[in-house]
Amino acid sequence: MLNRWILLLFIACFSQTANAVLKIDITEGIEGATPIAIIPFTWSGTSKLVDADISAIVSSDLARSGKFSPVPENQLLARPQRPDDIHFKTWRVAGVDHLVIGAVELKADGMYKVEFRLFNVYRGEQVLGYSFNATRATLRTTAHQVSDLIFEKLTGLPGAFNSRIAYVTSAGKPVEYRLQVADTDGYNPQTLLTSKEPIMSPVWSPDGSRVVYVSFETGMSAIYIHNIHTGEREKVASFEGINSAPAWSPDGKTLAMTLSKEGNPDIYIMSLENRALRRLTRHWAIDTEPAWMPDSQSLVFTSSRSGKPQLYQLSLDQDSRPRRLTFDGNYNANASVSADGRAIAFVHGANNSYRIAVLYLDTRMMQVLTDGPLDESPDFAPNGTMVLYASQDKGKAILAAVSSDGRQKQRLALSDGEVREPSWAAKRN
Amino acid sequence: MKTGIMKNSLLVLVMALLFSGCTPGTKPDDEMADMGADISEATSGTTIGTIGEGGMFAGTALEGMKISYEKNAINDPENVLSIKTIYFAFDSSEISEEDVEVIKHHGKYLALQPDVTMRLEGHTDERGTREYNVALADRRAQAVKKLLLFQGASASQVTIISYGEEKPAALGHDEDAWQLNRRAELVYE
Repeated sequence: MLNRWILLLFIACFSQTANAVLKIDITEGIEGATPIAIIPFTWSGTSKLVDADISAIVSSDLARSGKFSPVPENQLLARPQRPDDIHFKTWRVAGVDHLVIGAVELKADGMYKVEFRLFNVYRGEQVLGYSFNATRATLRTTAHQVSDLIFEKLTGLPGAFNSRIAYVTSAGKPVEYRLQVADTDGYNPQTLLTSKEPIMSPVWSPDGSRVVYVSFETGMSAIYIHNIHTGEREKVASFEGINSAPAWSPDGKTLAMTLSKEGNPDIYIMSLENRALRRLTRHWAIDTEPAWMPDSQSLVFTSSRSGKPQLYQLSLDQDSRPRRLTFDGNYNANASVSADGRAIAFVHGANNSYRIAVLYLDTRMMQVLTDGPLDESPDFAPNGTMVLYASQDKGKAILAAVSSDGRQKQRLALSDGEVREPSWAAKRN
Repeated sequence: MKTGIMKNSLLVLVMALLFSGCTPGTKPDDEMADMGADISEATSGTTIGTIGEGGMFAGTALEGMKISYEKNAINDPENVLSIKTIYFAFDSSEISEEDVEVIKHHGKYLALQPDVTMRLEGHTDERGTREYNVALADRRAQAVKKLLLFQGASASQVTIISYGEEKPAALGHDEDAWQLNRRAELVYE
């Protein structure tokens, strides 16, 4: 017991000093999730690595999805190590649907071998089993791959754990802004850009290798594309007026953005092959916050053309006219489209409270997911099961996530400073 | 700062009663506020003319403020040009009548001092979405710029930068802070 406390203390200290790590707490709605027993993996050739505890990472990933409730380690009925050790009847009686066992082995050549097996407790049989090779540096990534495989097998939906998130932090006086990328569980934060001037609107390229964002570092706003591996970046838009709200088309070929170079904020698209710019909207009202539909052939955007901000859909066809999508309330803005194109998450403002809502395009039904009062920047997880967003907690800016049915919530807070504008990469690159 | 806003509100009333001849209710209501974004239209019909050039304001909250367009007038705390922040209503880029007056003096100053340049910063409060707020702040700054140009300032003298909600003047999450953050700042360089 004492050892465990020392361990926890060590983890706490490690997280604080290593970098400003996002700490994740599940705040609401564990009930209704599928019970799963993840037996602590056995380690051979080395003692368990605290910062790469594979089974603990998998357990935490699955819990965060809201679809699973892993049995707490201290409530496990048994700790089978091999398939033959599993007494399925015991787990059945305990109401556990699925069980995972696995092993990590440090081999003579310095590589790690990670293997796991997933069992259906009721049928008493293995339904999935894999073996991976990993280096010391890729062990956490391997754990997220294991989570993705288990999630996909049991839900039929692609996993989204082995990916990255990008976000903007601010702290200190005078304020220092940082653009950071981290694993989806907040670990391994890397700073792409530090600036005394605001950084805004980070969005991933579809292949997960680049981030496009707005930086005011020159004193004016400009849109940059930043390769996260090489650190190379390119300024793609620095027109007179605002350079804002970049959005990468799902086919990777086009950037949508908001420019006011002709006097008023309008939506433009830029070809990433030849940088050709085409103006899509012409209206005296504000048009901004473009978000692509999955086919890369139409956009959802925010417009104040009715007098108040509402969402509209516009096809890239030359003679297309915007079609209004939201009618409920007088502030509906900043759309994020789910990868299957069936739902749009957005900010729904009413009575001085701004909440995250989802509009289902087939039924036109709207569901409010969060409580506000200042929730913003919704971003669908690549598999559509969760919406990541920015929120406030006791006056401090934090990130939060809500399952797309609104049932389960979690918060991701920085120990020091404020964090906002999350973007979840479709894949890890 | 807060008392400044209250003074301004009082001034709207005074100005409305004294000069514009408007009857209560002709001011566009909130629902329409942002639709009157074309400043030339929104302010046409406003009668201005009781404020003498090079004189003093009389009968308003700006009473006692000096009017002069000397080069260093912007550094004189008693000069009308010392008012360098314009405030707005929520989700609106409409400029109040007394702020139109203030901006006109800045426009004349720029016209008479062609080597002076200004950075015009647009800001919003934290409510609503960040990128919409960048666009809204841009419209606020554009509205101010239009008035400056009407007075003879040259477009090359005025550079707009729109921060949206990124640089609040006041921290806090209530109307006390928000009203100070919905602003355009005229920064002489």
